[in-house]
Amino acid sequence: MGRNIEYTTVSEVAGPLMIVENIKDVAYNEVVKIRTSYGEERTGQVLEVYENKAVVQVFEGTRGLDTDKTSARFIGETMRLGVSKDMVGRIFDGTGNPLDDAPPIIPEERRDINGNPINPYAREYPREFIQTGISAIDGLNTLVRGQKLPIFSGSGLPHNDLAAQITRQARVLGREEKFAVVFCAMGITSEEANFFIKDFENTGAIEKTVMFLNLADDPTIERVILPRMALTCAEYLAFNLDMHVLVILTDMTNYAEALREIAAAREEVPGRRGYPGYMYTDLAAIYERAGRIKNKKGSITQIPLLTMPDDDITHPIPDLTGYITEGQIVLDRGLHKKGIYPPINVLPCLSRLMDRGIGKGRTREDHAGVANQLYAAYAEGVDLRDLVAIVGEDALSERDKKFLHFADEFEEKFVSQDAHENRTIEQTLNIGWELLSKLPLSELKKIDEKHIKKYHPQTQPKKE
Amino acid sequence: MTKKTVEGKIIRISGPVIEADRMRGAKMYDVVRVGDEHLIGEIIRLNEDIATIQVYEETSGLKPGEKVVSTNEPLSVELGPGLLTNIYDGIQRPLPAIKDETGDFISRGVEAYALDRKKRWHFKPLVKKGDRVQSGDVIGEVQETSLILHRVMIPPDVPGGVVKSVVDEGDYGIEDEIMVIKLGNSSDKVIGIRMFHRWPVRKPRPVAEKYDPSLPLITGQRVIDTFFPVAKGGTAAIPGGFGTGKTVMLHQLAKWSDANVIVYVGCGERGNEMTDVLREFPELEDPKTGEPLMNRTVLIANTSNMPVAARDASVYTGITIAEYYRDMGYDVALMADSTSRWAEAMREISGRLEEMPGEEGYPAYLASRLAEFYERAGRVRLLGSKKIEGSLSVMGAVSPPGGDFSEPVAQNTLRIVKVFWALDADLADKRHFPSINWLKSYSLYLSEVSSWWEKKIGGDWLGLRNKAMALLQKESELQEIVKLVGPDALPPREKAFLETGRMLREAFLQQSAFHEVDTYCPEKKQYDMLRIILSFSDKMHEAVEKGVHMDDIISIKSRELIARMGTFSNIDFEKHFKEIEQNMEKEIDNLIKKQNSNMTKGE
Repeated sequence: MGRNIEYTTVSEVAGPLMIVENIKDVAYNEVVKIRTSYGEERTGQVLEVYENKAVVQVFEGTRGLDTDKTSARFIGETMRLGVSKDMVGRIFDGTGNPLDDAPPIIPEERRDINGNPINPYAREYPREFIQTGISAIDGLNTLVRGQKLPIFSGSGLPHNDLAAQITRQARVLGREEKFAVVFCAMGITSEEANFFIKDFENTGAIEKTVMFLNLADDPTIERVILPRMALTCAEYLAFNLDMHVLVILTDMTNYAEALREIAAAREEVPGRRGYPGYMYTDLAAIYERAGRIKNKKGSITQIPLLTMPDDDITHPIPDLTGYITEGQIVLDRGLHKKGIYPPINVLPCLSRLMDRGIGKGRTREDHAGVANQLYAAYAEGVDLRDLVAIVGEDALSERDKKFLHFADEFEEKFVSQDAHENRTIEQTLNIGWELLSKLPLSELKKIDEKHIKKYHPQTQPKKE
Repeated sequence: MTKKTVEGKIIRISGPVIEADRMRGAKMYDVVRVGDEHLIGEIIRLNEDIATIQVYEETSGLKPGEKVVSTNEPLSVELGPGLLTNIYDGIQRPLPAIKDETGDFISRGVEAYALDRKKRWHFKPLVKKGDRVQSGDVIGEVQETSLILHRVMIPPDVPGGVVKSVVDEGDYGIEDEIMVIKLGNSSDKVIGIRMFHRWPVRKPRPVAEKYDPSLPLITGQRVIDTFFPVAKGGTAAIPGGFGTGKTVMLHQLAKWSDANVIVYVGCGERGNEMTDVLREFPELEDPKTGEPLMNRTVLIANTSNMPVAARDASVYTGITIAEYYRDMGYDVALMADSTSRWAEAMREISGRLEEMPGEEGYPAYLASRLAEFYERAGRVRLLGSKKIEGSLSVMGAVSPPGGDFSEPVAQNTLRIVKVFWALDADLADKRHFPSINWLKSYSLYLSEVSSWWEKKIGGDWLGLRNKAMALLQKESELQEIVKLVGPDALPPREKAFLETGRMLREAFLQQSAFHEVDTYCPEKKQYDMLRIILSFSDKMHEAVEKGVHMDDIISIKSRELIARMGTFSNIDFEKHFKEIEQNMEKEIDNLIKKQNSNMTKGE
């Protein structure tokens, strides 16, 4: 076959793309090794192929490529990542080469980074409660193993601290099991990367972490393959080595920008705000790689971080993400300005897998009722704030005043906590009860009467 | 008839779209096998020798020069016993069989029969030698599941004739010939009938006549059945941004609708949601028969990470299966979650074809495709000599970007469907579920279904419903004023309106999908709940007019019970409701009496 032919027939270079002519026997999505006129090696991938020409996406950028001496060699396989258990504790770059000083890993297997979709029939429904020690998440937007729960943030908000705290504290109650963290950084600054590395080092988590780094000054185009490599590694750890893997993807906004850049270079018909029409499918191919599989011990839980441009939740990136992921944790600039950490605005937050992951035998029997009641009461209190801005607090009825104060206390006592405070689910629910006990008993319509009797501080026998 | 197999070769690959040369003779929408791995594709454009093909599987590794072979048949589904309880991908490959073949992940080029070839079904013939039959006639029965008697029919594309031979009652596989008919008058032309046949998915199955829908599809969801009902054979759309509860709503409809057969299409949505259905439906009981709900359900799952071209096919696969059960005379309901993903699949393919884009990059034929799809719903008189009726109701979720209903998919859908359930992010944030906005939603079937309600449930149904609607409207107007002046500035009469509105919202419109009783609310219970809330409202107004303080009314004991009516057992609620209503009247009467005596004392 025509393998190992070095084609010097590059006819066009535009943006991250390169066109090679007079080729033979090239496959769609095949990997290309490119050598510049001064001998530098780069990697690319076939985006579109005709009988005699191929459109190649160049990963390390097209700077320095020419249409004269640049050569391309098609290696006969699609993008693959060598995976091994030795990857844990190591750091890799955007093409899968180690960034630390240790020697390259010896792969046990080489896998297509695009993976294959999990057969919905083979999936196990995620129900195992993960305690993050953060009340706004555990109490109201419970995370379960195998879920994909993104954090929607804005520039300047402490999403990194929150992600680090979750990584530090997340555990499943009453179990000691093999776990690992796969950390995938797309286009974040070296300062941010160092923050995570340091935090992981301090807690010892670094020993259990696989890092894939593409920093802000690395080629944009690599960001498109980086999460796929990270997830290929995660799938191997989870479904071949029975580990519970937590995947942190940051920042998905940079990923989407990279996607748009390639689409623009290919002169595709743009969808909303210039993002390609297939962005939903593309993001889904990443997010849907979270989950559990029947009769397999391991799991993949994803926490993607994204910064909403201009804090706009209807922007295509958070919007499409929200349509794919199983809920979202939304950070709020107003709360941040009030000095509340974590600044989680629980109202637009959601965990779709919560209902089946909580309750008796999982968290506590009163969990669902308490969560619903806290939500409803807080929503009412927040509504009343608007009213107070117009008519003043005095115009409120006694009942409404209680809800207004509830909203403030909810933010200060329930949502707010220290970055190193690790609350148990009991503590979280008890804080909830304490706040709810300040509302009239007749307003607690969302909680089962049995649970009111059992847990309401006022109905408890006083401990002498 | 001589069929020449068309065989060409790939000349271009771009994602799920490929072009093949030397394809002259192949027909539009014919299914082709692509490359050495025999990937499944469909011809979507022909230009002289060149065919453009959308491939239903991942195309990585495919090379120009590989073979493309036409199967000479449009994309079709197998229709016969064994569909129910199964879960298929977008092109009707059974996912359990794929799992057996390739493991937990779906790899490419898998071939699996949609219907089990080995399974034996107990077939009972209903015609005998010498009978005249025509297309659509039922010729035999198979008990497919505990809930559904599968009626084996003469396929619509087989003309009528005389039964030449028929097998005895007994166990047969679906490929066994169970009957032979002589076609028309020429005695030498015969055709064998089996328990299954194939039907092209993009071609609606023919019916004799379309009727207007007239019966309600009871869903057990109060806001739908009472306020915005859908009719058997009707169409409805549920648009809503993410997190507004579209999927939970569709699952509720799939669980509790009083249709005989449910086809649930998960089109470009989450894998875990399909797993949820698979896990939950076999455990849930049909409220009418006590049998597992799975026994009346067919699932089509093309999750968001499965190939995009098959997403387009999945809705057609689903609706063709739904039509097939309708043709047996059943009431069928199809849920499509989400039609926006289907539209996006059209857009993606259209983009790869470099077609001139319409609004927001969607192809110009978006509107007509949506219309054709919803038009396959309806209450119909079936083919066949018995003149039986069947119905197919279609409910589609729409996922508008940013929750903005002005986008093309939502707008084009609303032009077609008769029921609009507007999901509202503000309500969802307040955990008001189902978050159907009662002021924006509408149903055009109200007058059609009201005669059923008034005959079966209560003569004043429409009156109550309209009164409640007016009260809700009134409450929302008052809320605007409250936003400006605060609730305390309102006169007592207006406060009573606010209280009624709150009661309707919290006790009636809200319904917990996760509460074991409240998840399904029978028709009579819905009617009684509404009646009691409205009689509470009347009584409250009466008391307020007589000077009773609103705070006193709000703190009566029965008010709290009224607020919890949804959770009373669906079996003996009437007894409790009667008690609540009497107590409520007594308590308010007492307040009025007390007020009267205070007044007399004061004077």
